[in-house]
Amino acid sequence: MGHDHDHDHDHDHSDVPPPLALRVKALQSVLAAKGIVSETTVDRIVDAYEHRIGPHLGAGVIARAWIDPAFRERLLADGTEAARDHGIRGLDPGVRLVVVENTPDVHNVVVCTLCSCYPLQLLGMPPVWYKSAPYRSRVVQDPRGVLAEFGTDVDDDVEVRVWDSNSEVRYLVLPERPAGTDELDEAALAALVGRNAMVGVERVLPPADPPPAP
Amino acid sequence: MNRIHDLGGMHGFGPIHAEPERSEPPFHEPWEATACALMLGTLRLGRWSLDRFRHTIERQAPLDYLRRSYFEKWFEAVCELAVAEGLVTEDELRTGVADTPVRPRDERWTPGFSTDRAPRWAAGDRVRAVVRNPAGHTRQPRYVRGRVGTVVRVAGAEPLPEAAAEDRCEVGHVYLVRFEAAELWGADATGRDAVYLELWDDHLEAA
Repeated sequence: MGHDHDHDHDHDHSDVPPPLALRVKALQSVLAAKGIVSETTVDRIVDAYEHRIGPHLGAGVIARAWIDPAFRERLLADGTEAARDHGIRGLDPGVRLVVVENTPDVHNVVVCTLCSCYPLQLLGMPPVWYKSAPYRSRVVQDPRGVLAEFGTDVDDDVEVRVWDSNSEVRYLVLPERPAGTDELDEAALAALVGRNAMVGVERVLPPADPPPAP
Repeated sequence: MNRIHDLGGMHGFGPIHAEPERSEPPFHEPWEATACALMLGTLRLGRWSLDRFRHTIERQAPLDYLRRSYFEKWFEAVCELAVAEGLVTEDELRTGVADTPVRPRDERWTPGFSTDRAPRWAAGDRVRAVVRNPAGHTRQPRYVRGRVGTVVRVAGAEPLPEAAAEDRCEVGHVYLVRFEAAELWGADATGRDAVYLELWDDHLEAA
């Protein structure tokens, strides 16, 4: 390290690791130079998760399930196949997508207490809170308290099911279709469906402004 | 292992700080995106299994595990595995300059998803999650040990995580099991709630 020192210190600078961003850059450079992971591969993966893969994909699946009863049946029976048919890519062999349906009697919520398993192919990168210790530790033991923190109150007579994604299964919640959306088409319905509703910590809300009368 | 990653049911981590959904980016820093891509890019080489990667994270010191951000944990694990597999050296990680060849490896980690063995359990069976304290990796969370649940269905067949973490593929059936909240949490459970888990043959015994 060639920089000047004018401060007191009693530690050996060789013990201080370089900043994380520089260490990541170093690994990237070495892997690229050896032809193990090319710059192109890195760019392609980053671009996919920044621009192509995100909750809009899951929302499209949910909206179709709301308007197409046959698709809904297939989605609940075999989520992997139905999602593939819908055009969802990247569901590798062995990864099973299981779609769990919210009803007036059952509310579903998804977690991975051991790490952060998440349906990346339909929702993109998980939000920070999903990967955090507070969520992972509490939602299995106090799901109603966690849901309340997200502003989601669940009646006492509704059963809360917590799905802990500990195997190679990935869960997606099929939220209840909000009232007053009969006139909306598939694209307009999809626009209502947020990521948090597909994880199960929130509900899908009706549109803020009712659509104009036809 | 009874490690800090096994968080289900623990107290004391405080409230959940959720960013507004519509404005949270997939990555908060450019290095996070790169670290993510390097994890996915190296995983597909077949030099290590996903469970070996998970196990590498789980073995991080508890204080590091809690202090490090998510992608930092990923990055440290990728570095450790890349060095262990002879893809890079510690010197190269410091300098960013490649000056050693990659250690060749013939066999590739390939997960299997079928087994000839018949499932041990069927829908409706009452099963107990075995009580154990394995020294290595497992995907049986601590909170379910010794608890009784009901098999919902045979969910599929997957590599046993305990073996997969050592890059050995031993496929076993996985069962979706429903545990009543009161069975897991006693009087602190609310409502008629339940937790669903998928467990392997080795994780279950007759109740």
